[in-house]
Amino acid sequence: MGLDKNQIAQRIAKEVKSGYYVNLGIGIPTLVANFVRDDIEVEFQSENGILGMGPFPFEGEEDPDLINAGKQTITALPGASFFDSATSFSMIRGQHVDLTILGAMEVSQNGDIANWKIPGKMVKGMGGAMDLVASAENIIVAMMHTNRAGESKLLKTCSLPLTGVHCVKKVVTDLAVMEIRDNAFHLLERAPGVSVEFIKNATEGDLIVAGDIPEMQF
Amino acid sequence: MITKTVSNVQEACEGIQDRMTFMLGGFGLSGIPENCIAELVRRNVKGVTCISNNAGVDDFGLGLLLQKKQIKKMISSYVGENAEFERQMLSGELEVDLIPQGTLAQRCLAAQSGIPAFFTPAGYGTEVAEGKEVREFNGKMHIMERAFKADFAFVKAWKGDTAGNLIFKGTARNFNPNMCGAATITVAEVEELVPAGTLDPNQVHIPGIFVQRIFQGTAYEKRIEQLTVRKRG
Repeated sequence: MGLDKNQIAQRIAKEVKSGYYVNLGIGIPTLVANFVRDDIEVEFQSENGILGMGPFPFEGEEDPDLINAGKQTITALPGASFFDSATSFSMIRGQHVDLTILGAMEVSQNGDIANWKIPGKMVKGMGGAMDLVASAENIIVAMMHTNRAGESKLLKTCSLPLTGVHCVKKVVTDLAVMEIRDNAFHLLERAPGVSVEFIKNATEGDLIVAGDIPEMQF
Repeated sequence: MITKTVSNVQEACEGIQDRMTFMLGGFGLSGIPENCIAELVRRNVKGVTCISNNAGVDDFGLGLLLQKKQIKKMISSYVGENAEFERQMLSGELEVDLIPQGTLAQRCLAAQSGIPAFFTPAGYGTEVAEGKEVREFNGKMHIMERAFKADFAFVKAWKGDTAGNLIFKGTARNFNPNMCGAATITVAEVEELVPAGTLDPNQVHIPGIFVQRIFQGTAYEKRIEQLTVRKRG
């Protein structure tokens, strides 16, 4: 039951509008590019210094001087540009990037997000995530509803070190689409075949359910 | 014209001492100053602080200095690709300052451009903000971050000329231009060193004024960290 990672990406792709510059985080967010309709004019930014990021190169055409923020080999589409890191974060902090899609370990009902550190266990660093969440107007979190231990990742208060505060507006999980406002998760859509009751049980934070909740359309 | 050319990496690294602070360009293994890193390993300089977005992988990039325990402190935004790094950090052998990537770039740029400090919203409300001045601008909270201070900046460019002008390629540009002129001495290694007058001034990314020493690099390995390809057809 619930969506797989590609289906989560497919649902999020519907949020990408024509004319958007979009920053995609590592993991599920990277998959979103595969599902944006051809008639949508969009440019993907990778914070290591490219606008107009294209798909992976054909075998044998990979270039060590052309990678994305996940250090994967990529291509540049017609109209692409390269720039230095400070310019890249001017685009982000200056709110020139329209949409940021990133993963998370925890999200709280006031819009806080934690995704960079598990004290004593995992210390990889925040990369560009703190700059992105502090500045973007439009942030969508893509993640599984619960962690590997089956515990909710949608909480009243985050328990892990924060990446940013009061910043997440929308969350798309394998179970549901939710909006965050007025210190609560508002259920907008549910995954096909998943009941409201099931989503409620998987959500530790306050979940507001108003009226009939439609199933996601793809 | 003022000539910035030195004959090799040994001459370029003249004056390096233990306990200095170095800036190193690159994102992952892309655009790293491979020749200078090899020279730092060869000289076995100890107790250094490295400002670099990443820490290389176990057997390449800054990972080579980590292996020989030459680094006292790392200032980076993401260090996830290096198991030796994680081991030294968790055991307390290595001091680590993890900072947001945009803040890292801007602290280089501030040093380059003579701005002592600036305010950014990145990290507000997180442990990154601890001990830092907080101010509200336009209804939004910001934290104060300071320009870096470094002894040497090591950068890698695609092409350069004898006047120190630099041109970068693709996403190997990353932090390299921001670190030029951000330290007391900036050393640029290039894949192709050409006589002054050869590069089109319209195409120069970094003017030679930000560079003190430039040399023709050799034997670039340019390792790919994550090879991702698609099938034809």
